[in-house]
Amino acid sequence: MIKTEFENNILTAYLEGELDHDSACRIRQRIDCAARSLRPKTLCLNFEKVSFMDSSGVGLVMGRYRQMKLLGGSLKVTCVPDSIYRIFAMSGLEALGVLR
Amino acid sequence: MKTVNQMRLSFPSKSRNEAFARSAVSSFVTSLDPTLNELNDLKTAVSEAVTNCIVHGYRRQSGTIYIYASVKEDNTLTVKIRDKGVGIEDISKAMEPLFTTSPGEERAGLGFAVMQSFCDRVKVSSQVGRGTTVTLIKRIGANG
Ligand SMILES: Nc1ncnc2c1ncn2[C@@H]1O[C@H](COP(=O)(O)OP(=O)(O)OP(=O)(O)O)[C@@H](O)[C@H]1O
Ligand SMILES: [Mg+2]
Repeated sequence: MIKTEFENNILTAYLEGELDHDSACRIRQRIDCAARSLRPKTLCLNFEKVSFMDSSGVGLVMGRYRQMKLLGGSLKVTCVPDSIYRIFAMSGLEALGVLR
Repeated sequence: MKTVNQMRLSFPSKSRNEAFARSAVSSFVTSLDPTLNELNDLKTAVSEAVTNCIVHGYRRQSGTIYIYASVKEDNTLTVKIRDKGVGIEDISKAMEPLFTTSPGEERAGLGFAVMQSFCDRVKVSSQVGRGTTVTLIKRIGANG
């Protein structure tokens, strides 16, 4: 459901499949656990393989944004499919400059 | 207008049923020859309403979620999603984008805004202490 990779102080999480309230709870735990132990400068969430997302995905991204700020790092969100971008666009996340 | 098809579902308010509920409603409309975009919009809206029943309506306690879906002659789909949970005190406030009563649980307050933008119409009726019914109305095949 989620693969992570750590290189050059960047922690990348490759999200996969359907992102809803159910899966977001598990993904959040995996990412936060890795981020707390590795202390990356940047956390990168790669959405390329996400086939479905509802507003729980926005909560997940906003939560990781706050989490990375607390840890003194930053967040990037990459490879967002068009259908999912629509939901991010409604959220004001664009203004935070994390979407690529 | 005549109802040409209908279905009912009820299931316990467990988060693992979110995926089941949205794919069941999406399968129900297959015979209407929906576009992939329409299916994705419908699945997203149903997912929002069902998640709200679980997270807010029943506050993670166990309860039953009821779905009734019907299709009219003109391919208009109506999906009613109902819980017998805590209810909503101020519906118009609840529907404001970014309004949430659970910011600590990483909720964005976007569920109703998503339902409204992905469906043609959204109606909410609720009674405190009795529960909430969300009605999603969407014309399928409108662009085809
Ligand atoms: N079925 C329900 N029962 C009781 N309260 C509800 C129900 N659905 C929504 N609400 C209330 O309406 C508010 C707004 O709902 P909405 O789905 O828009 O946002 P959210 O669920 O808080 O966040 P998000 O959907 O982005 O994760 C909720 O915070 C909750 O207070
Ligand atoms: Mg919601």
